[in-house]
Parts: sequence; C-alpha cells; structure tokens
Amino acid sequence: MALGHHNDEKIVYVGDSRVPKRNLENVPPDYSAFPGRSEAFIPNFLLKEWMVGCVALVGFLVLTIAHPAPLGYQADPTNAAFIPMPDWYFLFMYQLLKYPYVSGDYVVLGTLGIPGVAFTALLIAPFLDTGKERRFYRRPIASALMLLSIIACIYLTKISWDHYQHQLELTGTTPEHILREEKAREAAEKAAQAGQNGGSAPVDPADLPLVQADDPAMSLMEGAGCLQCHAADLKGQGSVPALRGTGDLHSKEELVDIITNGQNGMPAFEGNLSTEEIDQIATWLALQKAPTE
Amino acid sequence: MFKGIYNWIDERLDITPMWRDVADHEVPEHVNPAHHFSAFVYCFGGLTFFITVIQILSGMFLTMYYVPDIINAYASVDYLQHKVAFGAIVRGMHHWGASLVIVMMFLHTLRVFFTGSYKAPREMNWVVGMLIFFVMLGLGLTGYLLPWDNKAYFATKVTLSIAESVPYLGPYIKTLINGGDIVGAQTLTRFFAIHVFFLPGALLALLGAHFFMIRRQGISGPL
Repeated sequence: MALGHHNDEKIVYVGDSRVPKRNLENVPPDYSAFPGRSEAFIPNFLLKEWMVGCVALVGFLVLTIAHPAPLGYQADPTNAAFIPMPDWYFLFMYQLLKYPYVSGDYVVLGTLGIPGVAFTALLIAPFLDTGKERRFYRRPIASALMLLSIIACIYLTKISWDHYQHQLELTGTTPEHILREEKAREAAEKAAQAGQNGGSAPVDPADLPLVQADDPAMSLMEGAGCLQCHAADLKGQGSVPALRGTGDLHSKEELVDIITNGQNGMPAFEGNLSTEEIDQIATWLALQKAPTE
Repeated sequence: MFKGIYNWIDERLDITPMWRDVADHEVPEHVNPAHHFSAFVYCFGGLTFFITVIQILSGMFLTMYYVPDIINAYASVDYLQHKVAFGAIVRGMHHWGASLVIVMMFLHTLRVFFTGSYKAPREMNWVVGMLIFFVMLGLGLTGYLLPWDNKAYFATKVTLSIAESVPYLGPYIKTLINGGDIVGAQTLTRFFAIHVFFLPGALLALLGAHFFMIRRQGISGPL
C-alpha cells in the first residue's frame, strides 16, 4: 500500500496505520428514540446512579461491620457430629434431595431431572415464550410457571432452614462460628478481669498439668473412648475442648450429667459406662483445676 | 495538559468514537427512577455489577494473605479475620457480597423476566445472562470451601457426593473437581484455581458480551 494519501481515496488513515481518520463533531446523539424525558447517561444519569450506589455501599458496610464473616474451627475429617450445611442459596436444591421420590433409587431425578428441566427452561426461556406480548399478565403460562418456581424455591429454602435449626436443637449443638466467637469473648473478658485484679493473664487449659495423673480413672476413660476425641494427653483437638482444667469450668455433678447425657455433639456414655465408673471419672475430672499459688 | 495528552492519543488511535459509544447514550424516561419511582427495578442490573466489582477488588486483597493449602488455609483466614488491619472488613465484604450479588442478580433476572425484556431481539442477551448466573453460583460453591473450616469441608463433601450421583459422568466429574479420592489438599487447590482464575475469566468474558449486547441493542422500550 502506498504511504501517501490522495484526496480521492474513500478512507483516509492516520499516518501509515490502520486507524481510519474521521472527523467526529462533538455533538451529543439525537435522543429521540424513546418518547418522554430522556437524558444522557454521562454525566446526568450516572451522577444519580452514583448516589444510589453510595447508599447501597453504606448499607453494605454497616452489614459487614455489624456481622463479621463467620469462621468455625479448622476442618476435621474425623468429626462425625458435624451437620453439613450448604450456603443459603443452594438450600432449595439440598432440601429437594431429601424427598423420597428424588433420592435413593430416584436420585437422578433430584440431581439432574428436576433442576435440569428447570434450569434448561430458564436458559432457553426466550425460545419457549416466543409471543410478542411483553406484559406479564398477558402471558399467564410463563408468568405462572415463574411464580410457582419462586414460591417452591422459597418454601424449600424455609423448610431446609427450619430442619437445620431443629437438628441443632435436637443435638444440642451451637454452630461453630458462634461457639468460637463466644469463647473468644469469654477469653477476652477473663483477660480484662485478670488485668483489673492485677493477676496474671489466663492460661490455656491445654497448658495446665494433670492432677493425680496416675489415677485409675485415666485408664477407664481410655477404655470408654474419651481419648479418641479429647486427645491422648487430654489437651483437646479442633473444636473438642481440653479436659485439663475441667474442674475450673464444671462441678462434679455437671460432669456426671455431661458424661451421662452428652453435650454439643459429644455422645452420651450412659450405656458404655456404669454409674460408678462415671462417678469415678467425674470425681477425677473435677479435681483438674489450675494450680493455686 | 490532559487535553493535550488526550488529543495526542486521539490523533493516533481515534479513541473518541469508542468511549462516545459507551458513555453518550440515552437513558429513557421509563427506566429513570427520578421520573417514575417504580423504575427502581431497573437498578438491579447496575447494582449487580457494582457488587461484582466489589467482589473482584476484595477478592484481590484477600489473595494477598490467603494460602490455598490444607495446613495454612484455615490459619491464614483466621489471621486475616482477627489480626490484619481491616482484614475483617475486607473478608466481610467478600463474604456478604457473595450473598448480595446472588440477591441482586435474582432481582435483576425477575425484572427482565416480568417486563418481557428477554423477547426478540434480546434472546441472546438473556442466555448470556443465565450463563452469568450459573458462573456466579459456581463461584459461590467453590469459594465456600476456601476458609477450610468444618462448615466448608462437610458442605463440599455433600456437593461432591451429589455430583457423583450423576449417571455415567458422575465419577469423572467427581475426580475432576476432587483431584483424587478424598476431599483434601488437591481439592482445595483445585477449588482455589477454579474460584480465582477459571470462573472469573469466564465471568469477565460473559459480562463483556452482556454489556456489548445491551449497548448494541439499547434498553427495552416502555411496556
């Protein structure tokens, strides 16, 4: 291609580049495509949109500060008591899979069948609803199907959430992120109190020495399986608390009750241990206190 | 001076038509809440994009501390949440933003559906929008595992067993996203890669297509 331009050429380029040279006049386009009061996106409309955006951002930040993002305890694959729970926007599918005709032998209907049909229909909606009419009350089938689906999703989500709450209640479980926050707050309060009394900072119970470590209760606990969760050195692991220093937290009667009936995902040991054995273990655990100077 | 720089670039690249096309377009009365308050329903698309931008920015800052490996993942999130200055805010924005973006996208979808805006000639834009919806759900699913706490771990186990129950392809899908037989180190790095590279890449491409089409076609007319 020749580098020079002649005036009779139809497209004039900038230098020897492929950018066509145009002379665009600085006039806004004609805003007459729609009836009524149209306005320019920049700057007129965008300024107002920024304001909506700012309000949304402030609300968002308030939510973030009022409710810190939850964090439980580190993943522990051996934790059998944990109740699995997906994020809230997957609950409707999670709940769907709990019904008899879409689980077990028919699980394909629940994983692929119903969600597959629903999401495919949603994906190709414009090719299913091909009429010219746009108003929702003039296309009752499409609108009714959409409304029904929304109601079904809300219903399933609610049922699933209620079921989860019920399960928490039944097993006496506090969700881990709440448990963790409470513990952190208690520790902070204790530290503040210790600071006020001029005492030393609180000690992690796992660092406390065992009192009467050669007591026969220890072998009883080993036999009952206590050490599998509370660790062989009784220092606890993950969300399972240490048994060292238990005497500072619970009386002997409380310990008998916890061992007999279970608590926070810990199973009941009523059948495994006799009343005397439970009494013996609780007596020893109640002795596990921080040493007094 | 800025004008000088602009003119210098414009002379060479002719950039004026590009941004004029994006910026200088008409906002009709029926979508403008300043004229009709009920037109606020047209804001949800913009708010979805706004929160998506927040998600991308907060996510970029989170990766400055996050370590995708089973020993350090939880510890790094813990550190980020409780020790790093404003870490709780950045993580909180990413956590709550993930829910908000789903809410906004849901409302935007309903607006488009009930105003019949997905009808000819905008069918392709609806399909792309639905693909964005699925990518967002995928981002939520993969991001849920990353803090590596019990909630994340056991929810992912459930997800994988559901994926496994798909006939014929199920076991392959499970191996692909699980990276082995158990939910472990491989799963975490795979979910991290999908959450941080694959899906955001797809999301940006789809968003580009979504915005290109809305600019080409303009917003749907009044009912």
